[in-house]
Amino acid sequence: MSIEDHLPALQIVVPLLLAPVVTLLRVRSLPWAASTATSALTFVLAIALAGQVATDGALSYAVGGWQPPYGIELAIDQFSVLLLLIISGASTVALVFGKASLDREIGEERAPLFFAAWLLVLAALCGMVTTGDAFNLFVFLEISSLASYVLIAAGPDRRALMATHRYIILGTLGATFYLIGVGLIYMMTGTLNLADMALRIGEVSELRPVLVAAGFITMGLALKAAMFPVHAWMPNAYAFAPHAVSVFLAACATKAALYVLIRFDFVVFLPHLAEHAAQVSAFFIPLAVVAFLVGSTVAVFERNLKRMLGYSSVAQIGYILLGVALLTPLALTGAIVHLFNHALIKGALFMAVVCIAHRTGSVQLPAIAGCARAMPLTMAAFVVAGLSMIGVPLTVGFVSKWYLIQACLEFGVPGYFLAAALLLSSLLAVVYVWKVVEAAYFKPRPEEAPELCEAPPMILASLWLVTLANLWFGIDSSLPLGLARAASMTLLGEAP
Amino acid sequence: MNLESLMLVALLLPLVGAAGISLAGSKPNLRETVTLTTAGVLAFTVWSLVPPVLAGARPRLEVTTLFDGLAITFQVEPLGMLFAALASSLWIVNSIYSIGYMRGNGEKHQTRFYIAFAVAIFAALGVAFAGNLLTLFIFYEILTISTYPLVSHKGDAATVRSARVYLGLLLATSIGLLLPAVIWTYVQAGTLDFTPGGILDGTGPLALGVLLACFAFGTAKAGLMPVHRWLPAAMVAPTPVSALLHAVAVVKAGVFTILKVVIYIFGVETLAESGAQQWLVWIASGTIVLASLIAMTKDNLKARLAYSTVSQLSYIVLGAALATASGVIGATMHIVTHAAGKITLFFCAGAIYTALHKTLVSELSGVGRTMPFTFAAFTIAALSIIGLPPFAGAWSKWFLVLGALEAGELLAVAVLMLSSLLNIIYLLQIPLLAFFREPAPGDEFRGVREAPLPSLLAIGITSLLCLVLFFAAEPLYQWARLLPSG
Amino acid sequence: MAILAYFNYWVFAVLLVIGLYAVIAKTNLVKQLIGLSIFQGAVFLLYISMNKVEGGTAPIFLNGNTERIFSNPLPQVLILTAIVVGIATTALGLAVVVRIREEYGSVEEDDIKAQDVGS
Repeated sequence: MSIEDHLPALQIVVPLLLAPVVTLLRVRSLPWAASTATSALTFVLAIALAGQVATDGALSYAVGGWQPPYGIELAIDQFSVLLLLIISGASTVALVFGKASLDREIGEERAPLFFAAWLLVLAALCGMVTTGDAFNLFVFLEISSLASYVLIAAGPDRRALMATHRYIILGTLGATFYLIGVGLIYMMTGTLNLADMALRIGEVSELRPVLVAAGFITMGLALKAAMFPVHAWMPNAYAFAPHAVSVFLAACATKAALYVLIRFDFVVFLPHLAEHAAQVSAFFIPLAVVAFLVGSTVAVFERNLKRMLGYSSVAQIGYILLGVALLTPLALTGAIVHLFNHALIKGALFMAVVCIAHRTGSVQLPAIAGCARAMPLTMAAFVVAGLSMIGVPLTVGFVSKWYLIQACLEFGVPGYFLAAALLLSSLLAVVYVWKVVEAAYFKPRPEEAPELCEAPPMILASLWLVTLANLWFGIDSSLPLGLARAASMTLLGEAP
Repeated sequence: MNLESLMLVALLLPLVGAAGISLAGSKPNLRETVTLTTAGVLAFTVWSLVPPVLAGARPRLEVTTLFDGLAITFQVEPLGMLFAALASSLWIVNSIYSIGYMRGNGEKHQTRFYIAFAVAIFAALGVAFAGNLLTLFIFYEILTISTYPLVSHKGDAATVRSARVYLGLLLATSIGLLLPAVIWTYVQAGTLDFTPGGILDGTGPLALGVLLACFAFGTAKAGLMPVHRWLPAAMVAPTPVSALLHAVAVVKAGVFTILKVVIYIFGVETLAESGAQQWLVWIASGTIVLASLIAMTKDNLKARLAYSTVSQLSYIVLGAALATASGVIGATMHIVTHAAGKITLFFCAGAIYTALHKTLVSELSGVGRTMPFTFAAFTIAALSIIGLPPFAGAWSKWFLVLGALEAGELLAVAVLMLSSLLNIIYLLQIPLLAFFREPAPGDEFRGVREAPLPSLLAIGITSLLCLVLFFAAEPLYQWARLLPSG
Repeated sequence: MAILAYFNYWVFAVLLVIGLYAVIAKTNLVKQLIGLSIFQGAVFLLYISMNKVEGGTAPIFLNGNTERIFSNPLPQVLILTAIVVGIATTALGLAVVVRIREEYGSVEEDDIKAQDVGS
């Protein structure tokens, strides 16, 4: 077997093995350099995998040579490749971008451990989206959670600690719920392999435990995905984490949980539980609508910019859930492409806010008054990303919104109301983005405020890289759309 | 140069101009030269497209395809050509006027002003040349955003509040109603290209009606009540902005969108057969009368003109809603004749402000002798708007009435007549006050004091246009006649 | 007795709810973590209960002894992993609580919130 055949395993193993190595590097910015290099390597591996999937279709990799369903399988298709690209890309960009702010927030002494935890998160998230084994998934889920608790607790503000505590409690509850669900399914089917599980559920005569399991798994993953109304841990965790961590986690942590949720629902439950489709729709659609209305409304009134973006994420997760819950190819494509697009949008927005925080030392709304004059490039990036979140044409946000609204309109009159709610939430997004723009562009800088200047070039370059990606994939969206379309076809069991 | 490259040049010129203006920012004379040169070259480019387009050429420019066959496409047809020619020609006149106004009043941030203006013209041309609904939507939004700095130009608290209303209402309606209408159209028709005869043949009358409502109210720039509030709010802007943008480019982009949607998306015949446009006739009629009544109560000159614009815009919407050939011709001609009249009125309002620092109608008693030229021009423009021969407005009103009769809408005929009477009251009152009332104490005649020369020059050109367009209406009519058939 | 036959599962459910209650209702951070541990413990019990096969013995495969019935070893292995994860979580949680205590001088949620109101 050549090295190419082992790409799926390398994707996880490389960051996992390098994490302990990083703890040993005790020289200045070496830990940072090593983890950035590792993360970049992971990204390259993801691209190589994407190439393989594009030519050969879905891949299956038997870990240690044990064949599925007994051994652990890594199953890679277009959907997981999309997530892999998001995760490794976000990690790399966040590391390059976050060098300066991390130096300040973490300090040299804690750096090796911090970056080791970062690599563990990266490895575990990659694992979550590639593994085909339900229990292995739990393990990765917990590794990623444990390591991200460490990352968030490293935040400079002491409130980060309470945010972490809250996250530990809710995150563990979520993971344990998931574990209960998997246990129940194992009881009924005797297998842990997702694909195999899907087949065997069809043979089970007593479906009630499976139904209960579906409930537990959905609830557990919803907690992890910060789905409304169990999103309480998320805005504070994002707000008080070190800046680079906010960028990284906002772009991909909840996405991985959503990915697992979609996988489970569509691959395992949907084909064999007769009522499941109706239940998913009835459960998720109202929650999704409330999520984006409430999330956007709270964001309008929030004055801490990072918390504002956190609530906005609650709303955006609502969009994705809505797409999932409508259960049509069009809607699912919209949801999956929004997974990708939202990572770009929120990544860019968080980065812009961090740039401002880097210079003003604050993420409160009044602190940014009049900063556009001194930091034109940063604010321009914020505006572009903000427009993208609103869903203006030529940005990625438009692509997702186009698909989601079109999917809503397919449902006749109830769909019109869904579309209306979605648009209302977009309007609220206009308000909270505008609030920032107005403060930055049209308010005078306070007299006693310190002089500002543009963020350092490396930070600015990575910010604009993501911002331009917002435009690029808005104009030529064939890559994410192609993957999303193929993924939704596979999930819905139709030939691509 | 072939037609496609001419189009591209016309689209890019204002952007190049904006870049040039920002580079020349520190030297006012050079900066104004850049503005005027750009405007001149642009008008020349646009006008050189006119003959071939009227002869039947439809140059098309595919910029890029986004996904699912959605593309950024430009295509010139007679209606878009008309709008582009109008906006680019009046930009020259307006730039001349701006120089006098901005310097006369010592305004700040003049460079930002000229840049935003050039970008707004770029957006207006994009709207005019748009080859499908998506492209039109994009440029519609650019137009909204690029005019925000112009509206909030003064920068004080009251101005910012008004500017927020402006931006909020325009963005909210376009995202909340126009965008869903666009997506719905795509779901129904599978395409967004502007096609002669329309693309919505197979849609039921109810759906057509709702869709038309989404378009009509989503295009808040057309000023249909109750989404007209942004236009009076926009009057806090410097007068040249009110003149070109909020009497011509922006509001005409709104009614242009509605006309274009009616002609090329719904199709005049499809719409007429479905009867779905009936309610729009009523809303437009209501807006015409109500806005005229409100205008009568306004003492602030610019506010009065703004409500007059709201009322006049609904003439055009009404013409489109009648869904008859004469209605569409009348609506198209009214875009031009109203533009000439209203820009003159705003120019005069600005000239009065520059020369005498007066903004209220009630302050204008007897100042006609101080500013004879300005008030003469005002009278001409007012008569044109009212629709009296021998002024340009007479023709468009003629065709609108004809269209209403064709459609059997006697109500609309009555509304048009009533509105003319109301126009006489609230517009002619102003020159009458100025010429025949005794001046207020302190305002006695102390010699002629007019606005700076560039401003007067602009006023002269546009008021002359009101006259010329009456006697030389034939080419305009021939142009407008191309439209109903596509 | 049908109810007694599911004895283990009843204990599982009761423990689960006790743990969940403690997590939600207690304001003391350490007690919350204790609740969390009980909650996780309940799940361990679920897994261990399901591996029992009636009449089965320890799954140790001795020379050719094929007639014996074995309990299912897999859930035990799984839960061993889950226990490790649980310990890690508890340890990390307690470490964070120690840090909170250092910063705020309290492990009561209300106290801590009160201290942060001003800042």
